[in-house]
Amino acid sequence: MTHWIDIAALTDIPKLGSRVVKTQSFDIALFRTASDQVFALRDECPHRRGPLSQGIVHDTTVTCPLHNWKIDLSSGQAKAPDVGCAPSYPVKVENGRVLLSLQEMAQAA
Amino acid sequence: MSKEKLVLIGNGMAGVRTLEELIKLAPESYQISVFGAEPHPNYNRIMLSPVLAGEKGLSDIILNDHAWYAEQGIELISGDAVVRIDRVRRRVIATSGREQAYDRLLIATGARPLIIPLPGHELPGVIGFRDIADVEYMLQAAKQGGKAVVIGGGLLGLEAANGLLKKGMAVTVLHLMDRLMERQLDRAAAGLLQASLEQRGLAFLLQAQTAEILGDDRVRAVRLADGRRLEADLVVMAVGIRPNIELAQDAGIYCERGIRVSDTLQTFDPRIYAVGECVQHRGTCYGLVAPLFEQAKVAANHLAHLGIARYEGSATSTRLKVSGIELFSAGEFNEGEGDETLLLQDPAAGVYKKLVLRDNRIKGALLYGDTLDGSWYFSLLREGADVSDLRKTLLFGQHNLGDAGHGDAGANVMSLPDSAEICGCNGVCKGDIVKAITSKGLFTLAEVQAHTKASSSCGSCTGLVEAILSSLVGEGYSVKPSQKPLCACTDYSHDDLIKGIQQHQLKDMAAVRQFFEWKTPDGCASCRPALNYYLLARWPGDYRDDAQSRFINERAHGNIQKDGTYSVVPRMFGGLCTPAELRAIADVCDTYQVPEMKVTGGQRIDLFGIKKEDLPAIWADLSRAGMVSGHAYGKALRTCKTCAGKTWCRFGTQDSTGLGVKLEQLTWGSWMPHKFKLAVSGCPRNCAEATIKDFGVVCVESGYELHIGGNGGIKVRVTDLLCKVETEEQVLEYCAAFTQKYREEARYLERTAPWVERVGLQYIKDALFDPAQRQALAERFRYAQQFAQIDPWKERAEGAQAHEFNKIALPARDAGLGIR
Ligand SMILES: Cc1cc2nc3c(=O)[nH]c(=O)nc-3n(C[C@H](O)[C@H](O)[C@H](O)COP(=O)(O)OP(=O)(O)OC[C@H]3O[C@@H](n4cnc5c(N)ncnc54)[C@H](O)[C@@H]3O)c2cc1C
Ligand code: SF4
Ligand code: FES
Repeated sequence: MTHWIDIAALTDIPKLGSRVVKTQSFDIALFRTASDQVFALRDECPHRRGPLSQGIVHDTTVTCPLHNWKIDLSSGQAKAPDVGCAPSYPVKVENGRVLLSLQEMAQAA
Repeated sequence: MSKEKLVLIGNGMAGVRTLEELIKLAPESYQISVFGAEPHPNYNRIMLSPVLAGEKGLSDIILNDHAWYAEQGIELISGDAVVRIDRVRRRVIATSGREQAYDRLLIATGARPLIIPLPGHELPGVIGFRDIADVEYMLQAAKQGGKAVVIGGGLLGLEAANGLLKKGMAVTVLHLMDRLMERQLDRAAAGLLQASLEQRGLAFLLQAQTAEILGDDRVRAVRLADGRRLEADLVVMAVGIRPNIELAQDAGIYCERGIRVSDTLQTFDPRIYAVGECVQHRGTCYGLVAPLFEQAKVAANHLAHLGIARYEGSATSTRLKVSGIELFSAGEFNEGEGDETLLLQDPAAGVYKKLVLRDNRIKGALLYGDTLDGSWYFSLLREGADVSDLRKTLLFGQHNLGDAGHGDAGANVMSLPDSAEICGCNGVCKGDIVKAITSKGLFTLAEVQAHTKASSSCGSCTGLVEAILSSLVGEGYSVKPSQKPLCACTDYSHDDLIKGIQQHQLKDMAAVRQFFEWKTPDGCASCRPALNYYLLARWPGDYRDDAQSRFINERAHGNIQKDGTYSVVPRMFGGLCTPAELRAIADVCDTYQVPEMKVTGGQRIDLFGIKKEDLPAIWADLSRAGMVSGHAYGKALRTCKTCAGKTWCRFGTQDSTGLGVKLEQLTWGSWMPHKFKLAVSGCPRNCAEATIKDFGVVCVESGYELHIGGNGGIKVRVTDLLCKVETEEQVLEYCAAFTQKYREEARYLERTAPWVERVGLQYIKDALFDPAQRQALAERFRYAQQFAQIDPWKERAEGAQAHEFNKIALPARDAGLGIR
């Protein structure tokens, strides 16, 4: 069963912005889209580990601040022609709270 | 609801490119069928020349294989030409009898080689150069060796001749005119070309009029009007092309030389679109892929019901695809009355360059032997850029403007080894770029950038990448830069947006996106920062800055470094600093264990390696000591560099430091299209390097020389002298006015150097020398500064945007999770 952790209020994350969740060994970036969808990715770009949380969010994509790779928020996959994947985590929003699980999702092929 | 039916006639380059663009815009909108007369999937026709020369195989030039059509759900009916369009029943009928209904029809039937109806033109062994079948025929014929005659000394004829020669035939080119490629070359360049082709073994007969083709069961010889007779086992006719319009004509669609289309690529029957070589737009028929691809884009936009793009014609350029010969031609290179010609001739080196100027703008460019700068000249030509200030060095090329690093890449990129590094920022070698272009079938700079990363960072290698691209693709391939859409989210250019925001009083980003019919819901990382800037610059009092549309550096008011840490640079007005300030900086470094501090080139101190969470506390300490943000991270006013000046220096003529402080106090905090730097030197010894700054002042005994448009960055550019003034007040007013002009009119991410080059020094002088305009500009600048001169560090130290800097911790009972 998924272990959900109550992380923050939805409004703690700016629209088209992100927040960083600190775990003991790495950071997770929470993104909020214009339509209030929330996604969670390991805060490391598959290219050279750039902090994805610091990128610009547009639609359901974030552009890495270091070298402009575009990462799909729902899968963590880099957009073609780049290849690579940032691990993603299950998140959901319930009653205005953001719930996160730390079980890495199986990577989409 | 069933989908609308789109039928494409002509499975060639322009038609299929239109489908590709359409699928990008509206993947689901049509059920698409394609009729192609050739039995192949879509291939790169341009590459037939290298195939004939044996440099490539047929399989290398397929652009979209059968699987692609299947994946897109497109029905491909190949090897079956359409013979009739029934506009009343909205159906097309093919040779096989097959019929297909359409809601919209796209005609892209291309062109056919012109075959002069000489006696004997129907003999076996006489052929045009157009498609795979022609190339296979020629390759087959060449296997027997023997003699070939190519009629026509234009681009295509020479490429055919070169191919046949390489395949072992003895080739003679017959040309009616007195020089080769007369539409692209002047006499001198044509002579050079002919000599080097002769050296390879081609023979030429100029002013040669073919009278008859002789033979019985197949071609044996060619007879000229003057009676000469040439043996021939193969005759290739390459004397021009004729748009394929019969099908359209028979259906009653209005045609002249080609099928007449409007700016939206619609024929006189609005359900029927046409693109490619079969089309005549504003009187012109194009025979190169670049303009056809622009047409494709516009047609797709309309087919997708977006209806905002317009095709307004293209400027074209030509390169000859004969490996080892460098030849570039664009525009009008035969000078007319009132034109000026710049000429460089170096016969020993085999180099010939000619530029034709009219009203200080490039009208034509012709390069032989060294074509590296072709793309640069072509972009100046398309921009209509004023080149008066470049004149002296224009012919020597772009690298002579001082292009750090790439200047000696040599005249010919294609002669570089595959291992040569082209893009220094991303470490991309020539071989990678060539491979991407040929294996993936790329045609545009944007595609090369996406696939290789080359030229996607600083841009200094763009010219080289373009040179590689066009030597492979064979011509100038991109849209007029000022019409280039800002990014993939829109069809509108920077200039359209700057103007539109003002004219239509668009005051927030949603309004702009709606007005200009953005294709994405909230833009992308390219357009959002640009729009945010344009709105901020235009409506300083009204527009509320959008943090989420700023690049992280500006959002966090520090420079992000490669390891994700930040650097902090406090402002030191005019480079002055007090012991207390120095102590405060030192204390910050101790308290927060800043790993490195460094004095920068802009006479300030940079603190490196700071964790984002520590930023607000550091700023609080610095602001207690009276220091504000140095904006070293922003598209903003950076520094004002100064020298010692009159107070101390024995040469100083004025108080350069004092003036520097005043200038920096005037301009700090101001957002710009790009970074912006000032400097003041106390005398012409110019210790503050004022002549490579965006706005520089050189003090002299009698006053102040003002300089603009300098750049010490990727491409060093020395300033232009704007004027001389007498008082500090005037310096400040000119500085404010110039800055504001740049802020209001330059494109986002365009520094003053390229901006000044683009609009021309005279244009800026005209505006600033008019007292009323100058004062109004300066006034608008001062007004905008009211809202800009707020120290962002202080605000954040006091808690603004706190979420940006605080990480969320896991609740205590989960804190151990996530360990690996
Ligand atoms: C050897 C060669 C070298 C070239 N080099 C260059 C170069 O270096 N740079 C450059 O920019 N351009 C070059 N060109 C020109 C470029 O290839 C053309 O401009 C471009 O291919 C035109 O595209 P299009 O779609 O209009 O026509 P095409 O690509 O010719 O496509 C038209 C297609 O329609 C098909 N067709 C015609 N009638 C019918 C019908 N009734 N039913 C079904 N199908 C039909 C034809 O068979 C053909 O496949 C070159 C051309 C050739 C032949
Ligand atoms: S520019 Fe002139 S005044 Fe300034 S330091 Fe140099 S020599 Fe002295
Ligand atoms: S680290 Fe993300 S793009 Fe390079």
